[in-house]
Amino acid sequence: MSGPLQPRQARGLAQGLGWFSIGLGLVEVLAPHRVTRATGLEGHERLVASYGLREIATGIGLLTTRDPQPWLWGRVSGDVLDVGTLAAGLRPGNPERDRSGMALLAVLGVTALDLACALALRPSRKPPLPLSAYRRRSGLPRPPGAMRGAASDFVVPADFRTPDALRWPAPAGSR
Amino acid sequence: MRALRWHGKQDIRCDTVPDPKIEHPRDAIIKVTSCAICGSDLHLYDGFMPGMENGDIMGHETMGIVEEVGSDVSNLKKGDRVVIPFTIFCGECDQCRRGNFSVCERSNRNKSVADKVFGHTTAGLFGYTHLTGGYPGGQAEYLRVPFADKTHIKVPGGIPDETLLFLSDIFPTGWQAAVQCDIQRDDTVAIWGCGPVGQFAIRSALLLGAKQVIAIDRVPERLAMAEAGGATVIDFSKDSVVERLNELTRGKGPEKCIDCVGLEAHATATIDSMYDRAKQAVMLETDRPHVLREMMYVCRPAGTLSIPGVYGGLLDKVPFGMAMNKGLTFRMGQTHVNRWTDDLLRRIEQGQIDPSFVITHKVGLEEGPNMYKTFRDKLDGCIKVVLKP
Ligand SMILES: NC(=O)c1ccc[n+]([C@@H]2O[C@H](COP(=O)([O-])OP(=O)(O)OC[C@H]3O[C@@H](n4cnc5c(N)ncnc54)[C@H](O)[C@@H]3O)[C@@H](O)[C@H]2O)c1
Ligand SMILES: [Zn+2]
Ligand SMILES: [Zn+2]
Repeated sequence: MSGPLQPRQARGLAQGLGWFSIGLGLVEVLAPHRVTRATGLEGHERLVASYGLREIATGIGLLTTRDPQPWLWGRVSGDVLDVGTLAAGLRPGNPERDRSGMALLAVLGVTALDLACALALRPSRKPPLPLSAYRRRSGLPRPPGAMRGAASDFVVPADFRTPDALRWPAPAGSR
Repeated sequence: MRALRWHGKQDIRCDTVPDPKIEHPRDAIIKVTSCAICGSDLHLYDGFMPGMENGDIMGHETMGIVEEVGSDVSNLKKGDRVVIPFTIFCGECDQCRRGNFSVCERSNRNKSVADKVFGHTTAGLFGYTHLTGGYPGGQAEYLRVPFADKTHIKVPGGIPDETLLFLSDIFPTGWQAAVQCDIQRDDTVAIWGCGPVGQFAIRSALLLGAKQVIAIDRVPERLAMAEAGGATVIDFSKDSVVERLNELTRGKGPEKCIDCVGLEAHATATIDSMYDRAKQAVMLETDRPHVLREMMYVCRPAGTLSIPGVYGGLLDKVPFGMAMNKGLTFRMGQTHVNRWTDDLLRRIEQGQIDPSFVITHKVGLEEGPNMYKTFRDKLDGCIKVVLKP
C-alpha cells in the first residue's frame, strides 16, 4: 500500500528484473570487453566479469524465490557498486568520460526501478484502515449492549451443560 | 485446476493439479466460489502440525456450487449452493448420532494411524494433517467432498458468500467455544486471542447473555474489532492480564475462560514465555501453552476453561495441580460444525449477526501464498482473508 507500485505489479516487475539480471550477467561474463568498451571502463574486464556472476546469482535468486524482497535489496546494493565503479570513470581526463556518463544514467534508472520494487514489497504493519473503521465492525444489527442475550432462546444441549453444583450464580447472598 | 499446496514449512504455492474426481458413491464435487485462510492453516504453514506431506492441498473453509454427485448422494444435485464444514462426518456412527461430528469414527481414512497416535481415531478433516485423513482441501478451484450426503450445509441464494462462508468453521467454532461455557447471566467470560475465532467467540458470548466479555490480544486493530463486539479489552503487551482480570472481576477471576489462541501463543516478558522461547531457540520447541497456563491461574475456582485453540502435541510446564485443586472444568475439541449450523444459519437469516464483518482481505487464489504471510504476521491490518478461485 506504499509507493506508486501495487505489490502485485511489483512482483511482476521483480520477475522482469530477474531476467534482466541474468541477461546482463551473461553478457558481462561472456563478453566483458564489449561491456568495458561501451562503458568506458577498458582494462577492468575481470571486475566486470565478476559483476556478471553477481548479476546471474541475483537473477536466479529473484526468479526462484518465494520472497523476492531480500534479492531486490541485493540488487540495490549491486547497483550502488556499479554506480561507484562508473563514477570513477567520470574523472576529468578520462577520454571515455561520455560513455561512462551514459552508462551511469542507465544504471541510475535501473536502480530507481529496483528501489521502487523493493519498497513496494516491503511488508507493512500499518492497517490500511484507521482503527476507528475496525471499531465500527461489529457484525451486529444494534449496539452490543442491545444485543446482549439476543440468542438466549438457544438451549444448551445436555452434554454441554455445567453440572448444577458448578453453576453460577451461587445461591443468593453468597457474594 | 489451481490449488494452494503445502510444500514444507512456510512454503505454500499456487500449483496446477489434476481436477478431483468422484471416488466413492457418497462423494460430491464442488466448484469453489469462496474459501478462506484459517488460524489452523497457520499452524500447518509454520510446521507445527505433524503428519503433513509435500503437495497437500490446503484449506478447510470452503463454499461453492455442487458440480457432480456420486450415485449414493440423493439429497444434493448439480447447481445446489453449499457451505462445506471442515469436519467430515458419516452421520451414522455412535459419535455422529450423538452430534459429536468432529470425532466421527468412520470419516478418517487413516484411522489405523490415528488409532495408534491418538489412542482412538477422530474425524477426517479437509486440508489438514494425514493423522486426520489427509483429505485435499478447499483452497482450490474444485473440492471433492467425501460423505457429501452429510458433510454439507445447504444455503439459500440471495445472501452473499461472505456472509455464509464462515458457517464452515470459525462462526460455529466461536459459538461452540461459548456454548462450552454454558454461559449464565452473571458470568464474566474472558477470551484470549482476538483473531477471527476470538471475534466470533466474543459475539457468541454476548448473544448468549454473558454479563461481561473481556478480550485479550495485543494487535490494535483486532482489539478495536473486539470492542465493536462489546468486549472490554486488555492489551497484553501493555498491561498485566492477571491484574486487569482481577480488577474487572472484583478479585474473583472470570468464571469462564476461552482460549482462542492455541499453540503459537506469544507473551511479553513472563518467565514461562521466556522458557518457551529458549526451547524454541534450541529447536526443542513444542506447543507454547502460555495462554493455557494463564487461564488456569486466573480462572475463578470451579470455573470452566473452553479451548477451541488448537494444540498439536505435547505441552510442557502445565500447572495441572493448580487446575485440579481449583476444580476447573475443561471443554475442548475440534468443532462439531453441523451440530450448530442450522441454528446459526437461521440467526444469520434473521439478521442477528452478519459474519462478514471480520473480512479485511479479498483476493484471487494466486495471491494466497502471500496472504498466508500477511495473515500470520498481521500485516496490512489483516484479520481474515477470503480467496476467490
Ligand atoms: N477448535 C476448532 O475447531 C478450531 C477451528 C478454527 C480455528 N481453531 C484454532 O483457533 C485458534 C485461533 O484461530 P484464529 O483463526 O483466530 O487465529 P489467529 O492466529 O488469527 O488468532 C490468534 C490471536 O491470538 C493472539 N495472541 C497470541 N498470543 C496471545 C496471548 N498470549 N494472549 C492473548 N492473545 C494472544 C494473536 O495476536 C492473534 O490475534 C487457532 O489455534 C486455530 O487453530 C480451532
Ligand atoms: Zn479452521
Ligand atoms: Zn460418524
